[in-house]
Amino acid sequence: MRKSALDAVYDLAKKDPRVVFIGSDLGAGAMDKFRKEMPDRFFMEGVAEQNIIGMAAGLAMDGFIPYVNTIATFLTRRCYEQIAVDLCMHNLPVRLIATGGGMVYAPLGPTHIAIEDMAILRALPNMTVTAPTDAPEATRLVNATLDVPGPVYVRLAKGGDPVVSRESDGFAIGKSILLRKPQDVLFIANGVMVNRCLTASDTLQGRGVGAGVLNVHTLKPLDEEGILAAARGARLVVTVEEHTLMGGLGSAVSELFMRRLGRIAPQLVTLGIPDVFTEKYGSQDYLLEQYGLQPAQIANTAAAAIGQLAA
Amino acid sequence: MQTVPMLNPVSPPLDARSRALRKLCVEAIDGAGRGHLPSALSLIEVLRVLYDDVMRYRAAEPMWLERDRCILSKGHGCLGLYAILADKGYFSRDLLRTYCSDDTILGGHPERGKVPGAEASTGALGHGLAIGIGMAIAARIQKRDSRTFVITGDGEINEGSIWEGAMAASKHRLDNLTVIVDRNKLQSYGRTVDVQDLEPLTDKWRAFGFAVADVDGHDVEALRGALKQPLQAGKPTCVIAHTIKGKGIPHIENNAEWHHRSKVTADDLSKLYAALNPATEAA
Repeated sequence: MRKSALDAVYDLAKKDPRVVFIGSDLGAGAMDKFRKEMPDRFFMEGVAEQNIIGMAAGLAMDGFIPYVNTIATFLTRRCYEQIAVDLCMHNLPVRLIATGGGMVYAPLGPTHIAIEDMAILRALPNMTVTAPTDAPEATRLVNATLDVPGPVYVRLAKGGDPVVSRESDGFAIGKSILLRKPQDVLFIANGVMVNRCLTASDTLQGRGVGAGVLNVHTLKPLDEEGILAAARGARLVVTVEEHTLMGGLGSAVSELFMRRLGRIAPQLVTLGIPDVFTEKYGSQDYLLEQYGLQPAQIANTAAAAIGQLAA
Repeated sequence: MQTVPMLNPVSPPLDARSRALRKLCVEAIDGAGRGHLPSALSLIEVLRVLYDDVMRYRAAEPMWLERDRCILSKGHGCLGLYAILADKGYFSRDLLRTYCSDDTILGGHPERGKVPGAEASTGALGHGLAIGIGMAIAARIQKRDSRTFVITGDGEINEGSIWEGAMAASKHRLDNLTVIVDRNKLQSYGRTVDVQDLEPLTDKWRAFGFAVADVDGHDVEALRGALKQPLQAGKPTCVIAHTIKGKGIPHIENNAEWHHRSKVTADDLSKLYAALNPATEAA
C-alpha cells in the first residue's frame, strides 16, 4: 500500500509542478526515481518532524502541494502543534502520508503503534482524515487529494492486504462505499478492517445472518447521509476499526446516530481497541486478535448481539 | 572557536520616528487595556529598518508574489508588527485601538489571512523558522529573489524546533533567509541567563552553519548594515539584535512585571505617553 501511495505521489508530481515530496529519514533508496527526476522538489529532511511540517506549511503558502511521508506515530504525535497551527489554522494543502497506521509495527511496541492518530487529527478544524482499505484504493485516494484545499491525513496499512475495493465503485473523499448490501446487520469499517468485515459477513451468511459492509475510508468529513442510508433497515450496526474506541469511527457513528436518529437508532456495537497501550508484540494479526478484531471474532460478536436482539 | 562578547546596547537616543512607532503600540494598549508591550518595544528598530530600508513589498497588495517576507515568529511581539503595518498603510491606524476587542482583526497574536501583511499565524513559539525555510525554498524553486526574514525571541529559541530549523536552513544553504533574534535577555519568568542560558549564542548559530552578526538592536545604522544584504553567499544569516525589553519607556525597561500586562490603568497610560514625549526624553 505504501508503494502504491508513493507511486501515485510520483505520478502526480510528474504531471503537476506544484507537487513536492518531503520525507524524514526513510529507508535507503525510498523515492529514488522522484529524487533523480525531480531533484528540486524532493526533500529528505532527517529526523526532525516539527521542522518538516513547518517547512511544508511555508511551501504551501507559496503555492506548492507538499506530500509528507513518515511513520504514523511520528507524523502525528511528535509534531501535533505544528499540524494544528501551521497546517490546520492556515488551512494549507499539505498531505500527510502515514506509514504503518494502526498496529502494523506490532513487533516494535507502543512507540510505533498508531491507534489514536485518527482521533487526534479528527479534532482539528480543517483536517481531512482518511484510511484506505487496500493498495488500489490508496492510489485512488492519493489521486483525489491533489486539489483538496486543506490538509489531508492518509493512514496507510501494512501492504499486501487483500484487495477488496473495486474500481467500478469510483472514489471520492468523504463518500463512503457500500460493498455489500445490509440486511439484519451492517458493518461499518475503515482501513484493513473492511476486508475482515467482508470475511465476517461471509461467515454470518453461512449461519443465516445477512450482513452488509460499508467502507467509510474518510472519517472526516464523515459521510453522514451515506451512513444513515446504509443503516436504514439494519437492526444491528457494528463499527470496526483498528483504532482506539475513543474518538474514532465508532465514536463518530455513535455521535451521528444520537444526533440524527435518537431513539430510532439501530442497536450499535463498537469494536476497536480499548483505552490501553498495547502490551504484546508479535504481529499485527496477533494484536488484532487480542482485541477481538479478527473476522471470526467479529462474526461471533455480531451473531451474539443479533441473538440478544431476537430474544 | 572565538566567543563574541555579548553587546550591551548603548544606543543612540531614539529619534522622532522610533518614538512615533512606539506611540502606536501604546495607542493599542490604550484601547485594549492589555498586551505584551515590552516585547514589542524591543523590536521597533528591527521592524523599522526592515520595512523602511530593506524589504521589498506592496502594502496595497500584501500577497504580491515577488515580495520579501517577514515572519514574526515571536507572535507576542505583534504590537510592534501592527504598528509598522499600520504606519505603512496595510490597514488603517484607527484599527490599532481595536486591538484584542471582540471583533477585531488585531488579536493578541497575529493571524495570516486576518491581518494584511502578517505572513504567518504565530503565537505558539518555535514555528516561524520552519515556515520561513519553506518560503525560502519556495522562492528558490520558483526562481524568485525574494528574501525571508524570521524574527524570533530569545526565550523562544529554547524550543527544539528552532534548532531543527537551524540545521535545515544551513543544509539547504539558504542565503535568502535571515533569522533575527531579539536578544532582550528576559523571558517570562526572568532573565534568560537564569531560566535557560543561551550563551555562547553567537557560537551556536555559527556552529549550526549561519553567518552571524551581533548588533545593537536599537541602532538604526547598525541594523541597516547587518540586514541590507545577506552576510555571506551560500549561508543563512543570523542577526543577533541586542535589545532592551521595553526600550524607550524607562520605567518598563527590563521590568518583568510588564511582560504581559492585563489591567493597564489610566495612570499607567499617562506615564507611557509621557515617557515618549520628546520633552521628557530631553530632560
